[in-house]
Amino acid sequence: MGAQLRVYRRRMRSVKATKKITKAMELISASRIVKAQQRVAASSPYAVELTRAVTAVATNSSTNHILTTAAENPKRAGVLVITADRGMAGAYSNAAIKEADILMDSIKARGLQPIPFLVGRKAVNYYRFRNRAFAASWTGFSDNPSYANAVEVSQALIEAFVAETGEGLAGVDELHVVYTEFKSMITQTPIASQLLPLVSAETETKHEGLLPMYEFEPNAGEVLSALLPRYVQARVFNALLQSAASEHAARRRAMKSATDNADELIKSLTRLANAARQAEITQEISEIVGGADALASASAGSE
Amino acid sequence: MADNLVVEVVSPEKRVWSGEATMVSARTLEGDLGILPDHAPLLGVLLDGVVTVKAADGSNNEFTINGGFISVSNNRVSILGESA
Repeated sequence: MGAQLRVYRRRMRSVKATKKITKAMELISASRIVKAQQRVAASSPYAVELTRAVTAVATNSSTNHILTTAAENPKRAGVLVITADRGMAGAYSNAAIKEADILMDSIKARGLQPIPFLVGRKAVNYYRFRNRAFAASWTGFSDNPSYANAVEVSQALIEAFVAETGEGLAGVDELHVVYTEFKSMITQTPIASQLLPLVSAETETKHEGLLPMYEFEPNAGEVLSALLPRYVQARVFNALLQSAASEHAARRRAMKSATDNADELIKSLTRLANAARQAEITQEISEIVGGADALASASAGSE
Repeated sequence: MADNLVVEVVSPEKRVWSGEATMVSARTLEGDLGILPDHAPLLGVLLDGVVTVKAADGSNNEFTINGGFISVSNNRVSILGESA
């Protein structure tokens, strides 16, 4: 076997091995998207009921709560960025980080200092590598977040929001969240939305007819202070779940195109290898023919 | 007496139970509370404990709720628990 042919064969073997891996990852992600989507769907009844309850309290009483009141002169704004723990998902994590950067620029333009909170190892690495400061980070659950993770994250966020704005990284006056919305299997877009203080537009969700006059037990204020942290948790949980679904979808797509590219590469390498083999054969034939000719003419000359 | 109550017990991760019921009893911060059809609209904070739903088919369903609340309006009862 000629050197050229051996090189092609070796490259084909390695591409084939890679293709097996990407194909497996594609299939795994494809099955996980469905699961992640189901979890998004399963969490929605809770979110709907919670939104309805919050709306009811907000419209029926003028109770003000610390989580709904905006600071008079905000100085810092927290930004929760949700990314993946692992790579191999195309531009998924970078898109979320970019969106967060845009948001932070606009926060800076308003004269506020942005404070990042990070979810996912990709964001943490990005910030570490660039020596950027961040307030807190959570990793290890981006592809399958549980409600306990959402509680953990949102408790830290609420604490930061409730805390007085002072020195150090604790204490923010606004909270935003950047996550990747799962629109469909092929479209996922990073979006930024404000989490706290609660914007009235978000609590005024569409509702048929008038809301009934609720009785509150024990009273509106206490109901509100029990409801609002849960509302924040549910929002964070929803953001985490949607991001997880998007992550799987992005990974599936990235792995699909990697597999397609490997196919393409194998095809062209096969062609090259065939050509090399053919050239080798042709060369050998012409060598044999040439050799036979030389022998024939040599022996003809000696007679 | 009007129709039955439409009850939903939901946790953040999934819908735990939903269906028709004749009575729901739960414990709020102010004490035990029983809800029958045509109850006045109510929003209450639940203590950790057991919520009992007497289903329309006569069976008794008990749910252990942690950190939740109850909302009642127009014969719809929603029980939300952080874990159920």
